[in-house]
Amino acid sequence: MTEALHFQPQDRPFINPLYLFRWEESQDSYVMLYPEGVVKLNETAGAILRHCDGETAVSAMIEELRQVYSGGDEQVAAGVHHFLKVAHAKGWIRIKS
Amino acid sequence: MPKAGSESSLDGQGKPLWLVLELTYRCPLKCPWCSNPVDFGRAGANELTTDEWMRVMAEGRKLGALQLGFTGGEPMLRPDLEELVAEASRLGYYTNLITSGVGLNDGRLAALKRAGLNQIQLSIQSADRALTDSLVGARCHDLKIDVARKIKAQGFPMVLNVPLFRHNADQVEEILDMAEGLGVDYLELANIQYYNWALLNRTELLPTLEQMRLAEQAVVAARARLGERMTIYFVIPDYFEQRPKACMNGWGAIHLTIAPDGAALPCQEARQITSLEFPTVREHSLKWLWEESPTFNTFRGDTWMKAPCRNCDEKERDFGGCRCQAFLLTGDAANTDPACARSEHHHLIEEAIAESGRHGRTAQPLVMRQTCAAK
Ligand code: SF4
Ligand code: SF4
Repeated sequence: MTEALHFQPQDRPFINPLYLFRWEESQDSYVMLYPEGVVKLNETAGAILRHCDGETAVSAMIEELRQVYSGGDEQVAAGVHHFLKVAHAKGWIRIKS
Repeated sequence: MPKAGSESSLDGQGKPLWLVLELTYRCPLKCPWCSNPVDFGRAGANELTTDEWMRVMAEGRKLGALQLGFTGGEPMLRPDLEELVAEASRLGYYTNLITSGVGLNDGRLAALKRAGLNQIQLSIQSADRALTDSLVGARCHDLKIDVARKIKAQGFPMVLNVPLFRHNADQVEEILDMAEGLGVDYLELANIQYYNWALLNRTELLPTLEQMRLAEQAVVAARARLGERMTIYFVIPDYFEQRPKACMNGWGAIHLTIAPDGAALPCQEARQITSLEFPTVREHSLKWLWEESPTFNTFRGDTWMKAPCRNCDEKERDFGGCRCQAFLLTGDAANTDPACARSEHHHLIEEAIAESGRHGRTAQPLVMRQTCAAK
């Protein structure tokens, strides 16, 4: 595994074009589809990935998610950062260079 | 609080997540490990029409299918492929094309891109032109390399599938280099499974354990070198593992294959189990075939299991292995897969390996895929 990446507030992550991320009615959730598989995402994972559009900066993403989720600001920020790290390691998202 | 998405989705909760359409058994190549039936000429007559495939795809989505594979035979031989892909995209599938590359020219590649195709899996057999050409019985190595570049240029995820067996297992390093050079995203070093044509040629095709160990070392080194640039799949064949594979994640759990004539199969090999009947989408709805048909229910869950599987603490992991392998090698599809060292038939696997590697054995020519006289 490559070293885990820590996202900066100004980074604008986007979905790796090898993957297809979308809402799936029959699973009542967001899913990630790729050549070898299907991943069903939990609610928070879906909410974060929805903002990974290559336009939204990580700071803005955290701002928006604060409106949606309870929990302290610190907690939300830490949660988003942790998830982005995991998603990046899985190859789901990339950063615009 | 946000946490990592669950990977638990391989449990389809009873839905056929993976739908595979074998559009045709026809193919210009003659691979001696082909997974199509040995009598493909007869079994593949009466291919479903465009409208029939459209209906299958729509019914599949209603049942919750998400992944759709177009395969064959060679699916490029169907002139309606682009039309089918467009409809599949409209329905919301993640669409995969599994091809030998023959027939995939610039025009059709662009049309498939426009139709919304998500991914192409191209097969190649070695990094060496002469070997590829002799293995598939046609001059097509250069064509495959050319197609690989075009697939990449069109911006498709590049999945390269390399079936592995004795003749090419010593070339894994060269194959890894070739894949890296082509900018492959996913490399599948797919040890062939011994059904149909591959079973006919098993003595010649079986690799040695030594070959597999060396191949594995090359894979481990390449993974360390390439990191996330290329994902490499490599699994030691079940013949050498003492345990069977978790075939299809269980019979009738998440996989549904439709054969060229519309027969509904729990996996692409299942037709070989001649003790079962395989009704088609021409006679029944997909919903009935998946949920109600005896074919799919016979080996669902674990109530059908006999000893030693029935009392085994590993049955949740491998579901007793492969029903087709059990049937082909022991004559009863409900037996434990003989790849398992706990099977009373495991000696069949050991004998096959021993015979294949026996010193002084006279090598036989490979039986190339061909239609029998009937067609
Ligand atoms: S394995 Fe070879 S012969 Fe069989 S369908 Fe594929 S390309 Fe054709
Ligand atoms: S006995 Fe059956 S369940 Fe147990 S490991 Fe072998 S195949 Fe799997």
